[in-house]
Amino acid sequence: MSHRVLIPTPLRPYTGQQDAVEADGATVGDVLTSLTSKHGELKRHLYGDDGKLRHFVNIYVNDDDIRYLEKERTALKPGDVISIVPSVAGGAPVSAPPESAAELPALTNDEIQRYSRHLILPEVGLEGQRKLKAGRVLCVGAGGLGSPAALYLAAAGLGTLGIIDFDTVDASNLQRQILHSTNDIGRSKLASARDRLSALNPALNVRSYETALTSKNALEIFRDYDVILDGTDNFSTRYLVNDACVILGKPNAYGSIFRFEGQASVFATKGGPCYRCLYPEPPPPGLVPSCAEGGVLGVLPGVIGTIQATETIKLLLGGGSTLIGRLLLYDAWNMRFRELKLRRDVDCPVCGDHPTVRELIDYDQFCGIAPPQTVAATPSNGVQEVSVQDLNAKLTSGAPVFLLDVREPNEFQIARIPGSTLIPLGQVGSRVEEIRTAAAGREILVHCKMGSRSAKAVQVLKDNGIEAKNVKGGILAWVDQVDPSLPKY
Amino acid sequence: MTTGVGNRVTTITAAALEAIRAHGVQTFPDECCGALIEIGGVIAEAFALPNTTTSGAARRFQIGPRDYRASEARATELRGTLAGFYHSHPNHPARPSQHDLDQAWPNFSYVIISVNAAVPGDITCWHLKDDRSAFEQGELLCPTES
Repeated sequence: MSHRVLIPTPLRPYTGQQDAVEADGATVGDVLTSLTSKHGELKRHLYGDDGKLRHFVNIYVNDDDIRYLEKERTALKPGDVISIVPSVAGGAPVSAPPESAAELPALTNDEIQRYSRHLILPEVGLEGQRKLKAGRVLCVGAGGLGSPAALYLAAAGLGTLGIIDFDTVDASNLQRQILHSTNDIGRSKLASARDRLSALNPALNVRSYETALTSKNALEIFRDYDVILDGTDNFSTRYLVNDACVILGKPNAYGSIFRFEGQASVFATKGGPCYRCLYPEPPPPGLVPSCAEGGVLGVLPGVIGTIQATETIKLLLGGGSTLIGRLLLYDAWNMRFRELKLRRDVDCPVCGDHPTVRELIDYDQFCGIAPPQTVAATPSNGVQEVSVQDLNAKLTSGAPVFLLDVREPNEFQIARIPGSTLIPLGQVGSRVEEIRTAAAGREILVHCKMGSRSAKAVQVLKDNGIEAKNVKGGILAWVDQVDPSLPKY
Repeated sequence: MTTGVGNRVTTITAAALEAIRAHGVQTFPDECCGALIEIGGVIAEAFALPNTTTSGAARRFQIGPRDYRASEARATELRGTLAGFYHSHPNHPARPSQHDLDQAWPNFSYVIISVNAAVPGDITCWHLKDDRSAFEQGELLCPTES
């Protein structure tokens, strides 16, 4: 019985360029034997040295793969058409990632003793510990989140930890940034971090990057790491970290904190969502207060940073269920954990199916932050400003001034400028008339902690027809330049 | 643009080359793959296909029989022929691996693009020797790209 056999393009040179030939047989195997005896060169491409069909050769009877029929014994009916359909496969040589156990560094006897509690966990074991030793993690920021994360990663036996930060240790950091101690005040955070981490684990290779992370250096720095741990405290760097991770295909162990609330997730893994899938647009500049303005419970970054370290370790081990596709929300005040499901946005400009962002951009601009020189040249948004020296001169000369403090009552309790009236920013809009009456024609000067909330208050007053000026630098500038006896917070 | 030296010359349009580069970047750090459609002696289209491998797309690609048939259909639709396939080697040179050789089909052009850290790199073209013993490097010629 003769059957039609459809020949795929690459095999047509062996059938005189015919796309179909006739061959006899009662079963698929018979037909293929008669085909290869007629067109001998087909044989080595269809069959391996073991005489079996190569696994990337698919044989179909009509529309059915013979693997799901009776393979080569599949009987044929008159009119059945046989197709040879290629699978095409291949790939890069497997060598680069330290996946195979042979390429992982060995553990010394001291290390075996040190990590014994890990080694007896089947999920970690000797191989997992060696993966940690081979692991390279970059911690962006040595602050609230970076501190617990770096300490636990060092303790866990990570091989290489990069830290990027350009700040110095301030007394107000010590309430949460447990990498640093009282003696470290005024030192660079990197020097302090290195001392602390090396004391904990001398085998840890610490690489310091004393610079701001920018679009120019991010890819070059990230390239050498397996996991990026985002401990940043501002939106433009957070978007920069996200985009660089997506572009390089590096997982981003993300965390953020504010007041009593924290978030954590794992972004930028293959097929998983990125930070932009969750938050496509940055918030308008100035809308979200920083931790310096809004406060943060000191132990909160301890919880979130430790979660980031946990996720990082699982990513390096290649096991467990990570926060990929889940946003973990933590409310420390009410002690509640919640979870949101996240999905990769196919329209995401960075990790979507048709990405439009393929290189790093200007993230300050993206987040609506004007470059510093333009800020200096013109007062923000046309809001008029006075310096703390001017304010002091006016107050001491007895000039008619109404000094409005728009901070919160708890801040007012910590430190205040004598003669000021407290109306928190959130109430300014509803208490405009009260302010108008109280000012009674005097010049209205508004201050807060650092100057950004008071600038908003000045704008609110202006919208209601009241002229006012912003005290530049807020009460912190006042403490620095006028009255150092007041506490800074 | 010309890469490689060899007796077999494969001509490709700039648009098809660009599509291969973009696809390699898009799927980085995983491998991309697709079909090469030749029209009038020139590879005029890089027809992107899903990588259906189940053994780690960072180091493997697979085009199943269904997508192979789709590639033949695409070639027919364009009044062209299926000239071969392309795939990317993320963070690896644009040279065929043993794995590529084991699974290669004769008479096809195998175009490989190296993508390093999401930046497209070298593009090379290879053909399986008739005795299946090795790949021979061909010349990939793009007349409009200097």
